[in-house]
Amino acid sequence: MIESLLDNVSTYGGKIDNLFTLITIIVGVWFILAEAVLFYFIIRYRRKEGVKAQYVTGEKKKEHNWIAYPHYLIILCDIVIIAGAVMVWYEVKQKLPPADEIIRVTGRQWSWIFTHPGPDGVLDTADDIETVDKLHVKVDTNYHFQLESKDVIHSFSVPVFRLKQDAIPGRVITGWFNPTKTGEYDVQCAEICGIGHGIMAARISIETPEAHQAWLDEQSKMDQTQRMAMSAENQIENREDNDNG
Amino acid sequence: MTMAESTAATESSHEVHHHKEPDFWSKYVFSTDHKMIGMQYMFTGIVMALIGGYMAYVFRMQLAYPGEHVPGFGTVTPLAYNSLITNHGAIMIFWVAMPILIAALGNFLIPLMIGCDDMVFPRINRLSYQIFLISVIVLISSFFVPGGGFGGAWTAYPPLSAQSQYNLTPFGAPLWLLAVALEFVAFLLGGINFITTTMNARAKGMKMYDIPIMVWMIVIASLLFMASVGPLIAGAVMLLFDQTLGTTFYNPENGGDPVLWQHLFWFFGHPEVYVVLLPAMGAVAEVICVFSRKKLFAYKTILYTTFATGILSFFVWAHHQFIAGIDPRMAHVFTVTTVIISIPIAEMLFCYIATLFGGSIELRTPMLFALAFLAEFLIGGVTGIYLGSSGMDIYFHDTYFVLAHFHYTFFPIAIIGFFTSIYYWFPKMFGRMMNETWGKIHFWGTIIPFNCIFLPLFVLGMAGQHRRIYNFKNFPDLATPDLHNLRIFATWSAVVMLVFQIPFMINFMVSIFRGKKAGKNPWKANTLEWTAPSPPPHGNFKELPVVYRPPYEYSVPGREKDYWPQNEPN
Repeated sequence: MIESLLDNVSTYGGKIDNLFTLITIIVGVWFILAEAVLFYFIIRYRRKEGVKAQYVTGEKKKEHNWIAYPHYLIILCDIVIIAGAVMVWYEVKQKLPPADEIIRVTGRQWSWIFTHPGPDGVLDTADDIETVDKLHVKVDTNYHFQLESKDVIHSFSVPVFRLKQDAIPGRVITGWFNPTKTGEYDVQCAEICGIGHGIMAARISIETPEAHQAWLDEQSKMDQTQRMAMSAENQIENREDNDNG
Repeated sequence: MTMAESTAATESSHEVHHHKEPDFWSKYVFSTDHKMIGMQYMFTGIVMALIGGYMAYVFRMQLAYPGEHVPGFGTVTPLAYNSLITNHGAIMIFWVAMPILIAALGNFLIPLMIGCDDMVFPRINRLSYQIFLISVIVLISSFFVPGGGFGGAWTAYPPLSAQSQYNLTPFGAPLWLLAVALEFVAFLLGGINFITTTMNARAKGMKMYDIPIMVWMIVIASLLFMASVGPLIAGAVMLLFDQTLGTTFYNPENGGDPVLWQHLFWFFGHPEVYVVLLPAMGAVAEVICVFSRKKLFAYKTILYTTFATGILSFFVWAHHQFIAGIDPRMAHVFTVTTVIISIPIAEMLFCYIATLFGGSIELRTPMLFALAFLAEFLIGGVTGIYLGSSGMDIYFHDTYFVLAHFHYTFFPIAIIGFFTSIYYWFPKMFGRMMNETWGKIHFWGTIIPFNCIFLPLFVLGMAGQHRRIYNFKNFPDLATPDLHNLRIFATWSAVVMLVFQIPFMINFMVSIFRGKKAGKNPWKANTLEWTAPSPPPHGNFKELPVVYRPPYEYSVPGREKDYWPQNEPN
């Protein structure tokens, strides 16, 4: 259901969408049933001249079973939902598969800094590539991200991955994703972070291994100050475009 | 208002106690009468609701027509936008739902429904309103200080809320927090009164199971509030120190922890939902019994499930923090507790629906609102299951799905619950009836637009739209025309709903002075407030009532009348 509104391009996104469908079916049945009974009673028991209401206390065992049986069924449904939720959660947040590549995501007022490990594949070396508001990743690769914040709480949200994680100043939080399709999508900040919260938009570019390599080669030729200057320019251009549009 | 106007004189041969007519100040401003204090809370709450509604209008217009001039406000800057959404949330919860549902109804109804002449601590009661009024003044003045009102969301997460170099509101933020803290003190004083009065001052013969559900709900809500607010007041004081004295309780650079605030806030914040829910559920119970002429289905079960819900609500707070950096293993615990809370709540709703079975339902305005509460609150309830499920919350956290979900709980609670109560108890408050036709116009004009506002927002949330963003044009995936049309539709629905509150205001004001005289018991109800004159004079009852039976003996077989007041001897 969610996929009709927004693409899913991560390995675990489909599981979250399935969980949505599961919950929708279970609570949907209850919801329709409850509303149907409510409206049936309202129509069926409208006041008629000379008809007195019944005296039902709800304390007798037989009457109380009207409530008790549905309530056992609800416990059963709850167990199914909890099981589904816990399994998805375990997969997305708890069990991290081995990383092919590690990146760093840093939030600050009001932009995202993405640190790519560069050609040597290791963070915190001289060939790291830092970009602002644009993350470059390879398709079908297990990424670990180290999420940090320089000032206030931000939240790294990639809706097409169905992924979200708060960035807490003073902590490094590790998570993972594995993109399944190429393309360019939104990255949002999902936690209010000051007056620039609404412009804290970034894009994630999911590339084929070849395209990603080409981007890496191009970036390696520049030094970091050039790159930052370039992405800052892009950023300003984008903002202006958006403000005019 | 004609509180002490004695309509009682014509009604019986009992000697009427003539009080010396008090002057304006001691009657309306420094009154210790529980009914007047209830009115003060109610009118203050209505004024705050208008302010909160106006804020919603302004930021909805900004979302539909970003950057354009909003009639009646001007251009919405990001700073103003943040301040508007922050204060809309805070006002609607702390200064509308709380004063109207707990303080106004609790003050007005508890002594009347348990058959006593006033609260046991009338002066503490007066102090409670005075502190509340100061909190209102502090809050409103915080909009006009240099830098503007606080804009860090009503949840006020530090470090954003703690340091003015981040939130850019050096005066707005501490004032906002001070206002919230004062408001809590006011409700603590009120809560002490509600609980003590109900336990100690009931009419002769009123046993625990003879107390009307409305009173039980307010008492349980007050217990929840008093048990949960302590950690938050401590947290708020630490935050105020961080803001003003430079302490670092929440500052990680100096050994503090910003997530600590989230725990303290939500440890209060989740029970708070039930604090405002329960009085609304109480009012709905009274109304559906009276207008279906039925005994409340399984009174004791409802009472026990309410206690169960209240206790469980203390163990679910971290479902607001699934993705906030807590240990991922903790999420499992809170998913289980959160989903389990659906059991008592569903049981309660089933009992309410079962009450209608075999009834003689009359769709007067209060009944329409009460039934709408059940129908709409169900949507809020079932969408909560998605968000309590940790795996699903990864995607939905802080999206418009959350926003739509809690508006489907808070709107039925604060707005529909309030209208249920006001249409039902208006005759008792003012001695006159409200106009039925205008009431129905107001009902449909509120309920239909309400659904038109928030159903599209569920869809926007599912499409990945996050909250508290003043302009979605910066996000190409969200800036599509289809999604934007939903935003425009929601905005115009909100405008329509606000316009339909005008008939209510007119009906309300006109009925106070010109409505049809109500008499003691216009709805033929059983509970004790309907045995007092309308409006009840100072001291409420001519002689204190004696209770002979439980509150919901409607349509008892073998009796000619279909109601049997609690105070009527056999």
